[in-house]
Amino acid sequence: MAQNDSLIKGWQPVIGLEVHVQLMTNTKLFSPAKNQFGEDANTLVDLIDLGLPGVLPVLNEGAMKQGIKFGLATNAKIAETMIFDRKNYFYPDLPKGYQITQLHYPIVRDGIVEVNGKKIRIHQAHLEEDAGKSIHDKYEDKSVIDLNRSGVPLLEIVSEPDIRSASEAVDYLKKIHQIITYLDISDGNMSQGSMRCDANVSIMKPEDKEFGIRAEIKNINSFKFVEKAINFEIRRQIKILEANGVVEQETRLYDSIKDETRSMRTKEFANDYRYFPCPDLVPTNISKDFIESVRKDMDELPEEKQERFISTYNLNEYDAGVICADKQIANFFEEVVKDADIQLAAKWIIGDLNALLNKHDINLAESKIDATNFSELIQKITDKTISGKIAKEVLEEIWATGTKVSEVIDSKGMQQISDEGELENIIETILNENNDQVNAYKSGKDKLFGFFVGQVMKATQGKANPGLVNELLKKKLS
Amino acid sequence: MNFKELRDNFRTKKISAKEAVKESLAKIKDDKLNIFINHFEKEALGNAEHIDNNFEDFKDKPLSGVPIAHKDIFCTEGLPTTCGSKMLENFIAPYDSTVVKNCLDAGSIMVAKTNMDEFAMGSSNETSYFGAVSNPWNHDLVPGGSSGGAAACVSANLTTISTGTDTGGSIRQPAALCGITGLKPTYGLVSRWGMIAFCSSMDQAGPFSKDAFGCAALLDAMASYDEKDSTCTKRKEINFEKSLSKDFGSLNVGVIKNIEKLGINEDIINAYETSKTVLTGLGHKLIEVDFSELSSGICSYYVIAPAECSSNLSRFDGVKYGYRSDGEKDIVNLYMNTRSDGFGDEVKKRILIGTHVLSAGFYDAYYLQAQKVRRMIKVKFENFFKDVDLIFMPTTLDQAFEKNRKSDDPNKMYKEDLLTIPANLAGLPAISFPNGFKNNLPIGGQLIGKYFGEDLLLNTTHKIQEVTDWHKMTP
Repeated sequence: MAQNDSLIKGWQPVIGLEVHVQLMTNTKLFSPAKNQFGEDANTLVDLIDLGLPGVLPVLNEGAMKQGIKFGLATNAKIAETMIFDRKNYFYPDLPKGYQITQLHYPIVRDGIVEVNGKKIRIHQAHLEEDAGKSIHDKYEDKSVIDLNRSGVPLLEIVSEPDIRSASEAVDYLKKIHQIITYLDISDGNMSQGSMRCDANVSIMKPEDKEFGIRAEIKNINSFKFVEKAINFEIRRQIKILEANGVVEQETRLYDSIKDETRSMRTKEFANDYRYFPCPDLVPTNISKDFIESVRKDMDELPEEKQERFISTYNLNEYDAGVICADKQIANFFEEVVKDADIQLAAKWIIGDLNALLNKHDINLAESKIDATNFSELIQKITDKTISGKIAKEVLEEIWATGTKVSEVIDSKGMQQISDEGELENIIETILNENNDQVNAYKSGKDKLFGFFVGQVMKATQGKANPGLVNELLKKKLS
Repeated sequence: MNFKELRDNFRTKKISAKEAVKESLAKIKDDKLNIFINHFEKEALGNAEHIDNNFEDFKDKPLSGVPIAHKDIFCTEGLPTTCGSKMLENFIAPYDSTVVKNCLDAGSIMVAKTNMDEFAMGSSNETSYFGAVSNPWNHDLVPGGSSGGAAACVSANLTTISTGTDTGGSIRQPAALCGITGLKPTYGLVSRWGMIAFCSSMDQAGPFSKDAFGCAALLDAMASYDEKDSTCTKRKEINFEKSLSKDFGSLNVGVIKNIEKLGINEDIINAYETSKTVLTGLGHKLIEVDFSELSSGICSYYVIAPAECSSNLSRFDGVKYGYRSDGEKDIVNLYMNTRSDGFGDEVKKRILIGTHVLSAGFYDAYYLQAQKVRRMIKVKFENFFKDVDLIFMPTTLDQAFEKNRKSDDPNKMYKEDLLTIPANLAGLPAISFPNGFKNNLPIGGQLIGKYFGEDLLLNTTHKIQEVTDWHKMTP
């Protein structure tokens, strides 16, 4: 089972992830309150979300469809009958004193996702309601509660312990992110908490038959932190075991500032959640017809889109793969190439645009770039209004301000100089000012040609048409 | 005046809704039996005036112009809903329960909300934070519970109809002890929306009245398919009042084999035997059924009901509404002291039992086992109903008992529900009606029907009441 390339100091990490995904639905899982992010505190709250005496939950069919879509996308089994259970615990942001979830009869089980050619099994994915939010740092002397999130539908995706390294965990998480965003069942926004991750980590010797004792790291909220938290935890466990200690089964929290995990509660103090079937909800039967109707409704999956991009746009496999990795980017690409050159657009999206997104660690929707404007940028390169080098500057500008490409070019006078007479004048001035170099060039120092090009570009602030500059220089120097 | 007479008088304009309400309120204000937790003079009079002013719209509604008292377990918008607990002493719900709304739409006027065992946990109405209720027939005795106030209210003729809830007998047992008629409908017939949950898988609201007629009319108002309650069943609408006059012909009625072995009081058995002759007199055939195994239901019930209640009552934590312990410095103390002070002993006992039976290591032995017994009882009833149309048995082991007599002995108190619990476990409809008297105290008999067989239950009881007078007796 162990893969030797993932060994760390002779230890084999064993990792399983529990990924909580907030589903995009109009209303909450069991109440008619709106499911939205970023509204004023406690404005999206129904009687049911408040846990008032006498209220009852009613299942949101939309959330059920989202769960089924995920199951279909991962070749999983969809439950014929799913049952909701109550998970009982006291917390101020849990108004009913229990969370409605699915323990024994989840909506989805036995799925598979492929990560870098390796199959990682999904044990189950179940529907449950989110809790509210406790806010401890707003007021000095009290904690307050926002129940807008209370009852928001979650799909908790539980992997088997098939993951063998922190980077593989990140790749798996990215794959899950890709699937849910492609299916449009979640925006997958980790910083806003619509995708959250718990990691179960243990280590073993490659020859061991049984897994080691695991620690669960709770609520990790970025891809980067997933990798860091797991790596820290692996190192921590190695240190313990190599000192002949025992890893404790416990829940730990990742502190991203100190880059360490800290014990939250040990097994001894683990909650007894007293699960039992929720008597307010009858077992839900999911018919084959219903599943088929959901399947018909499903959006294109990443692999399907990639194939289509290769055949429709004549992209190579690599480019199509990079563009289709993110549904937003893929849709963006399709918008851009309605009016712009396909290969050039692909090159700019994969290269410069992706670099900016990575550098600022945001997604396309969060950026100021829109498809029409970006398309114009590509068109301006194609029709030689601007050079590639200037285009980079324009991109920086529209990235920062969102201004229209044509306005940026106009206001900064970035149009390429392609007027032969104007360029000839500039070149003559430069040659006159650099007699020594001209003589050296003429006596055989060919490399100085580049020096002259540079001088012209400097004089024109990079706006000279490079092809024309070459041509004119050659003529003048011959 | 019984329900039908009062409604007829309203419909023929012999009495206005306002007059009926005034009359009822006068008696309610004079109540010495501690039947009510709150009454609502201003709201009731306003509502009655509205009905009088819109007479034509209301006159044909099932409860037109009739004052009603609701058990204080049903949420009422803008008015207190206490559930008999200190925890909710000052709680005002921002919404109406479906039952309350349905009754309002049916032309009734809520005049008061009735006392009850705290969170419906009890069989004597002695666990109420607002004090015990007295039995109208003898003020030293209990009215039964948990809907003790609701039963006493109709028995003492303060209103002609009232609502109750029945989780393990909480409608039928007080109906029997107070000498009136009370029906627990099939689980899923009446919406639970807005009814404060005790044991969600068994709680069911139902009607009280002196007779089957009043119960039928009130059930017509109460029963509705409600999308807000996922356990509510969509079914063909039946007009229960109309079905009273239907002829269901000769029925096979199951009667209890070896009844003397169940520990039932002799007077109750005598009344039972007399009722059997009434049934045969009406042309029905009696078939003996073996009820002995069903007594295991009580053990199953006292695992499942506390389990569900331990979870249902978790929301009363002092954070959002209801009672909150003052001056607590941290959340754990806030929880502990709020719940220690806010709940009474019986409620706390059941929460503890429920928490225990759901705990890791005990779940299989208690909760799961209890669910198996529950399924077995359901199957047993299904088998009974292959041969019979109805099952007839006493409602209680005993007549009304003295206050404080059983409250110290939970086993005695829990046994009160022996004959009522099986119908709750199976989700079947059952009706209790007065079928005898001894020592100037009423005795109740119980008919259990098939799922959604309320029409037959009410019809059969109505036919019995056409030839007997027990339901006409007044304290």
